[in-house]
Amino acid sequence: MSIAAQQFLEAAGSITRNLRHRGLIQTALRKYEAARDRKKSAFNDWSAARQSAAETKWDAINHLDTYLAEFASKLEARGTKVHWCPTEPEARDTIRGIIRDSQARCIVKSKAMTAEEIHLNEALEKDGFEVVESDLGEFIVQLRQEPPYHIVFPAMHLTRDEISDLFERELGSDPTREPEELTMIARRALRRKYLQADVGITGANFAIAETGMVSITENEGNARLTSALPRVMVTLLGIEKVLPKLEDLALFLPLLATAGAGQTVTGYNTLYGGPRQPGESDGPVEWHVVLLDNRRTELLADPEQRDALHCIRCGACLNVCPIFRNVGGHTYGTTYSGPVGSVITPHLRGLQDWKHLSNASSLCGACTEACPVKIDLHHHLLQNRRNAVGDAPSWIERVAWRAHAFVVNTPALYQFAQEVGRIVEPLRRRLQGTPLDPAQSWTRTRDLPPVAGESFKEWWRNRR
Amino acid sequence: MNARERILARIREALTVPAPKPGSHGHVHGSHPPHVGSQDAQPIGFRNRPVHEARAWLPKGGTTPAEHLARFAAASSELKTDFRSVDSEAEAHAALRRIADDEGWRRVASHHHALTDAAVAALGRTALFTDGGYPPDDLEACEAGITTCDVLVAQTGSLVVNSRTSGGRALSVLPPHHVVLARRDQLVSDLTDAFERVEALHGRQWPSMISLVTGPSRTGDIERILVLGAHGPKKLTVLMW
Repeated sequence: MSIAAQQFLEAAGSITRNLRHRGLIQTALRKYEAARDRKKSAFNDWSAARQSAAETKWDAINHLDTYLAEFASKLEARGTKVHWCPTEPEARDTIRGIIRDSQARCIVKSKAMTAEEIHLNEALEKDGFEVVESDLGEFIVQLRQEPPYHIVFPAMHLTRDEISDLFERELGSDPTREPEELTMIARRALRRKYLQADVGITGANFAIAETGMVSITENEGNARLTSALPRVMVTLLGIEKVLPKLEDLALFLPLLATAGAGQTVTGYNTLYGGPRQPGESDGPVEWHVVLLDNRRTELLADPEQRDALHCIRCGACLNVCPIFRNVGGHTYGTTYSGPVGSVITPHLRGLQDWKHLSNASSLCGACTEACPVKIDLHHHLLQNRRNAVGDAPSWIERVAWRAHAFVVNTPALYQFAQEVGRIVEPLRRRLQGTPLDPAQSWTRTRDLPPVAGESFKEWWRNRR
Repeated sequence: MNARERILARIREALTVPAPKPGSHGHVHGSHPPHVGSQDAQPIGFRNRPVHEARAWLPKGGTTPAEHLARFAAASSELKTDFRSVDSEAEAHAALRRIADDEGWRRVASHHHALTDAAVAALGRTALFTDGGYPPDDLEACEAGITTCDVLVAQTGSLVVNSRTSGGRALSVLPPHHVVLARRDQLVSDLTDAFERVEALHGRQWPSMISLVTGPSRTGDIERILVLGAHGPKKLTVLMW
């Protein structure tokens, strides 16, 4: 078992017994579900909209080379510097270089899961820069020195009291139970940072090939400020974010907001097409767009699971997943958690080390049902299981299945096994789940049906 | 081979094997056409798919100006945007003066435009105009940012500002109250129409930033409880005549 798998089992084992955590997540997700259902019902046809989105992303991903080249050249035509980064260290070093060259001291950052993916903050802090997360949820988890709990709701696992204590300790604020007051504490703390920062780092939700623009979705206005005031702007995004046309946003913005947060559209959806242009009154003088591959092309090379690159990171599959709702976001130990994280992490970070995530699923299909771009998530989990076994078969399992096949294909042996089963049944029931049970790790939490006192064949014979 | 060529080469190599189309249930060469609303049996060529088609599935924005107005008002009240449809520019100025008095504005920020110039003059407060550059600290000290917009969207209760003709990137998001002055003919039905209008206005020379603003700044990051004014404006007022 890989280290990641062991950690997953331990963390899952302890958090599933944590009723406080469970209560918090259930409450938060109930609110989400009610809002999402209300907004979904405003759609004329939600399932047709999903199909349309799936086809648009299929077009984008299956012509990625064309669209990506178009996107980059349009950006460059208006003075944006585009950096292509095949790997995680290359992306990190590119951004470190940009920041060193700009002689920055303070960096303000808006939410970007790709930055979590390449561990950007740690690298920049090691270089001696101050990096301030400006999204409220990200700001909170940064103060706690932990990764985001959820790709859309980073501080979903915390109560207002915990946040108040944290602010009191780290920012010296007065304790309060009002979410509004807590938000204002963060607002005041971050205002100065926007004005002081030399560099603003953002992620992106969509890359529009037709016009050479990125689209950033948010609610708080922190990404707007991050890309308005600092003199250098850096935008980091995965190569799969491409959409062919500007107008595609008319579909994708409502779809993302509805599936992700139960909103018609989010507060700010902003298109950026270049650094400050002649005649404009503000904005960065330099804009760097950093395109990250980091093994996305390996996922692209798997036609069976290529549609996992359609993901728009709305988090809908996390919210409905019975596993996520029980084990929580941190248990996964990955940048992307929940069903989509379980599907793509083995591709991004190695199948054998991360195959356990695909087994941590009931295959109920709630994720596939929830996905606004119709990624076939639960089948991909099944395919990951198959691929993991194909790559590195377990000898014990192989021997066990061979033996089973031999027994069930030999009538005399099968009958003998039944007899033995019937005789040892009382003993088996007594031992089930105890340390004397050879299958304890399985039977501790599961029941086996009892061996029947009479087989069907015997029953039939006796009735005649 | 540079990094750009390396990534593009890997993409091209990966794409030599085709992937099944959505709705084809895993069959790469399957004969099922994807069941997009149309009745025709032709498999849809995705490269030339009609983009406008998707709007049929989306929430409605209405077809007549009266419906647009009603829809925009309903969306605004849900978003907690203070939307006021008034009869004349003079009435809009009067409403603006009342807001300024109630909130005790001393300094406002704006940009030069026929609508904003008239409103700022009617307001009679010290004004910072962002055109041509400004000190960010001065803008931060203003109680309100008064701007025009490109278009308003009935379907979502949104409005579109941009960095060239709405006073820059920060004016509509740094002051605690954002006031938008708009004419009724700027209100369109849905996002598809809005993008078309924005493209007609700027397509030859795109501003570096175009922002779809939907309600005041908001967050639900603490226990999913809605709080307005997370980092951007706590209040958004739309005055339309």
